[in-house]
Amino acid sequence: MIKLLQALLGWVDDRFPLTKMWKEHLSEYYAPKNFNFWYFFGSLALLVLVLQIVTGIFLTMNYKPDAALAFATVEGNIMRDVSWGWLLRYMHSTGSSAFFIVVYLHMYRGLMYGSFKKPRELLWIFGMVIYVALMAEAFLGYLLPWGNMSYWGAQVIVNLFSAVPYVGEDLSVWIRGDFVVDDATLNRFFAFHVVAVPLILLGLVVAHILALHEVGSNNPDGVEIKKKKGADGKPLDGIPFHPYYTVKDIVGVVVFLILFAAVIFFMPEFNGLFLEHDNFVPANPLSTPEHIKPLWYFTPYYAILRAIPPMFDSQFPGVVAMGAAIVVLFFLPWIDRHPVKSIRYREPLYTVALMLFVVTFVVLAWLGMQPALPHLSELALRFSELYFVFFVILAIYNQPRTKQYYLTWLAGLSLAIVLMDLPRYIGATIEKQILIRFSVFIPLLYLIVTLWLPAVTKWNQSKTVPDRVTT
Amino acid sequence: MKNKLILILSVFLPSLALASGGGGSALLHHYKADIELANQDSLRNGAKLFVNYCLSCHSAAFMRYKSVANDLGIDEKKAVEKMLFVADFSKKTEGEAKKIGALMTVAMRSEDAKSWFGNPPPDLSVIARSRGADWLYAYLTTFYLDASRPYGVNNAQFPNVGMPHVLWQLEGMKKGLFETIVTETTYALSKDAKGAEVKTELKVEEKHFDVNGKLKDSKLVRETKKSDVDPKNFKLEKREEKTLIGFEMVQEGQLKEVEYKKAANDLVNFLVYLGEPHKLERQKIGVVVIFFLLILFVFAYLLKREYWKDVH
Repeated sequence: MIKLLQALLGWVDDRFPLTKMWKEHLSEYYAPKNFNFWYFFGSLALLVLVLQIVTGIFLTMNYKPDAALAFATVEGNIMRDVSWGWLLRYMHSTGSSAFFIVVYLHMYRGLMYGSFKKPRELLWIFGMVIYVALMAEAFLGYLLPWGNMSYWGAQVIVNLFSAVPYVGEDLSVWIRGDFVVDDATLNRFFAFHVVAVPLILLGLVVAHILALHEVGSNNPDGVEIKKKKGADGKPLDGIPFHPYYTVKDIVGVVVFLILFAAVIFFMPEFNGLFLEHDNFVPANPLSTPEHIKPLWYFTPYYAILRAIPPMFDSQFPGVVAMGAAIVVLFFLPWIDRHPVKSIRYREPLYTVALMLFVVTFVVLAWLGMQPALPHLSELALRFSELYFVFFVILAIYNQPRTKQYYLTWLAGLSLAIVLMDLPRYIGATIEKQILIRFSVFIPLLYLIVTLWLPAVTKWNQSKTVPDRVTT
Repeated sequence: MKNKLILILSVFLPSLALASGGGGSALLHHYKADIELANQDSLRNGAKLFVNYCLSCHSAAFMRYKSVANDLGIDEKKAVEKMLFVADFSKKTEGEAKKIGALMTVAMRSEDAKSWFGNPPPDLSVIARSRGADWLYAYLTTFYLDASRPYGVNNAQFPNVGMPHVLWQLEGMKKGLFETIVTETTYALSKDAKGAEVKTELKVEEKHFDVNGKLKDSKLVRETKKSDVDPKNFKLEKREEKTLIGFEMVQEGQLKEVEYKKAANDLVNFLVYLGEPHKLERQKIGVVVIFFLLILFVFAYLLKREYWKDVH
């Protein structure tokens, strides 16, 4: 029997590189032995992708992309009549939020350990394209239940395109296929959501993994394990991905599934964060929800969009800022060129800046869910400033600088912040002026921490990176 | 300095007010539904009220009678007899009897509904998921007489709602008890250089009246002394703000107050079931799934530890 199977494998190997691929990507792919908790999220993202595709296929069998039927096929057929339909739907809706949680943690890992740096720039860029495709996929899919929040969310986001000068109106009509979001929009969003974007996503994921296996994995120490090889030509600090990391990832998968199941079975709405209350009302072009907001994973960018004040009666600057907030991430490998990769050996102030960036992102996410009250919009503007200033700080931290260099940038950036406030300040109501005067301390304080401290303390000095990974 | 502080507070305080619950009368906070999806008696009573009082105007078009009967332990034959009042008009204009597997639709045409109620009554299949149980409970228990409304009643949870109080025979009719705050503002009228009318605020007074319309308290909010105004050109503006603080029964219904509250709660319980019929099943399966995963975790962890013994 075994002989027969071996013969079969030989037959296949003569015609297809099966064993070769198995070795290249699993049994003889050497991964650093010091992966920690943060290295679970890549394989978990792959797991969620598969879950989304499989549950998506079964949902498609029972869903009708028709403005008159869509809501009823979800809330009627799938949630009630289809056997296990409710489970498929909750797995899919929870899966989309889980996808973003996992991907955000995966990206944060990259920031912590400098995984985007040379020679992994292209790996990072493939990852970023996956992230953008994922956002498109989530946005398109969110329209399909045809709830009122789906409807108005799509309306608002597609309207953003109409802010583009000159061609905006035509562009948004072209995207919708109608003057308002309607059946035509639903049909094309369905086509994109179930065919076009998943195809692109799968291709990109393959490219991402191929790029990873070409350059090899980074690790929490930021040490290149390929530089220290044993007599057998294998990295001294590397272990074969299979079986070591396959068995380790199974543990991660089980823990993830426990949390995932807890949400699916006990809190699928997640308090209105994963399934919004307003989306249990069918789409109604005549009734706008009290306050329209996207799902949680878009809210940081939504906060930036709303925070940037319109110029010449156009919302375009906000749209540009929102786009820039994502585009800037693509350039990370060229913005942060500090020779030390890992947060473990980088200067303490890098840790401070990164933690503040996390705070900024979370605060923006929260603000994006809130109604646009004056003081909250002001706060959103300040945190949008912090979001972008972070990348300037990263560029400044590239290498040790003179005291004067830090202080010049401190003065320059502070001045820029204040100057940007001037047009808003002049002629504003007294309440608004007070708001501006108080909130300006948020970016100023941030700049003092990130630029004055390196000038006067030794917290801008990084440690020596060891030759080999630590355990 | 003090002015500044007030300004700062006025800028930041709205957020606090909003955070503390915002909107609606303080009265409504006391209305809490007691949801027990495992209580089949309550669900059956709710279903009975639902088909008798709601289903003539509101549909539950995503739900089948058969599922309700099966989930609530109602014999299918009995269900046909007791629940299927609405004929099916989809094939014949004169209508035909519905089968047990039919959807819980209504016979009322939506154009008619619109002309009778202003808006067609919404489908109630997932109403509990958009409004929440407490909202529905408060809605069903805070109808009060209001002659200014087309159907003679208003609602504290849903002000100026188009729906009549369909459960009034059960509950009876109650009237709202209001406290009133009247804000009186005195203006001086004058004309500016261009001849346009200018209003200068002189005095703002607030008067609180209790439930019986008796003056309880009166206070001067602010006053500006202006000597150069002609006393003949004063103008008084009144603004009235009513706050609902409770109810008084004016016509008894078939049920006592406690009984009605229980009936309303049963109905809300049924609506919550209707919003997600598989909820109890979901939670039961969840326990099994997580238990299985916990055991799997132990084996997965032991396997990992065994393999990783030789990694140093």
